[in-house]
Amino acid sequence: MSLNNEQIERYSRQILLPQVGGNGQEKLLTARVLVIGAGGLGSPVASYLAGAGVGTLGIVDSDEVELSNLHRQMIYSSDDIGKKKAVAAQNRLQRVNPDVKVVPYVLRLSSENIMEVIKEYDIVVDGSDNFPTRYLVNDACVLTKKTLIFGAFFRYEGQAMVIKPGEGPCLRCMFPSPPPPGLIPSCQEAGVLGALAGVIGLIQATETLKLILGIGVPQVGKLILFDALEMDLIKVNVGRDENCPVCSEKPTIKGLVDYEEFCGLKSSILPTS
Amino acid sequence: MSGESKIDQSMDLRGVSCPLNYVKAKLKLEEMEVGQVLEILLDDGEPIVNVPRSAKEDGYKIMEIMQIEDYFKVLVKKGNIIE
Repeated sequence: MSLNNEQIERYSRQILLPQVGGNGQEKLLTARVLVIGAGGLGSPVASYLAGAGVGTLGIVDSDEVELSNLHRQMIYSSDDIGKKKAVAAQNRLQRVNPDVKVVPYVLRLSSENIMEVIKEYDIVVDGSDNFPTRYLVNDACVLTKKTLIFGAFFRYEGQAMVIKPGEGPCLRCMFPSPPPPGLIPSCQEAGVLGALAGVIGLIQATETLKLILGIGVPQVGKLILFDALEMDLIKVNVGRDENCPVCSEKPTIKGLVDYEEFCGLKSSILPTS
Repeated sequence: MSGESKIDQSMDLRGVSCPLNYVKAKLKLEEMEVGQVLEILLDDGEPIVNVPRSAKEDGYKIMEIMQIEDYFKVLVKKGNIIE
């Protein structure tokens, strides 16, 4: 692959980086990343991956853009309200960088369809807003040994981690199963500072770019915890659970599970990301 | 500064501003073989200050810098200490 003049100029500020160069740019242009959820996390993730020239970006979201999304989902503008997020995001990203092939998936992931979707991609970024999807995505990535960049946020706090099946812990090593519905705050209680979603999403985007380029230290087994009010960022070492129901030597979960929706309004503990 | 270096590739980067001039040189150097020499022509001012410095930082060797009228000729060698 050789870069044309427009590409050289477009990507010049990252080609300049000692660890990137033309070889790194080629890795980015041939990378295939799936972004699950085009909300508070998916917006910054997809925007920065598209800007960097990640060649193929899949965007999964079944929702439509709502006015209450716009304080944190910067990929959309007011005239996108009512449009399918995956399609509106595709339109925006294609305008940001025509080099990128954006594939919208207007669907809700389930045990029936997730394997078909993720098989096309090398890296999966979880920007979903609910436990059923989060666990489904974790299990599917473990079963297919795909690297997953986990992220979540709530009010003023967020977390992120790189999950490399077989090398480090998965979501179930930390939390074997989703919390019982009673412990989850109702959707009405779930507010969020918009900029926090950006911080967590960009941690995920940064880890994704590092993984594609093969540079730096991927945060495998490091749970990153960010507190916006204190402006604290700490990392907690998380080990693999030898009794993990899905990623251990003797898994008790060998197929995909569809958990119930938790909350009548929407299944989020985390605000509609 | 022997002036005897064999030149394998040449780029005229006059009129190309920073940092795009170095980006183009870097991409060319990446596809060259270790031990080969790239000749680049650079404008006076920022380019002649920045481009050789960036090349050095990336592990390339500056063999020669020669002023020719109002521009510069720089010979850069691809060593074996990069990437």
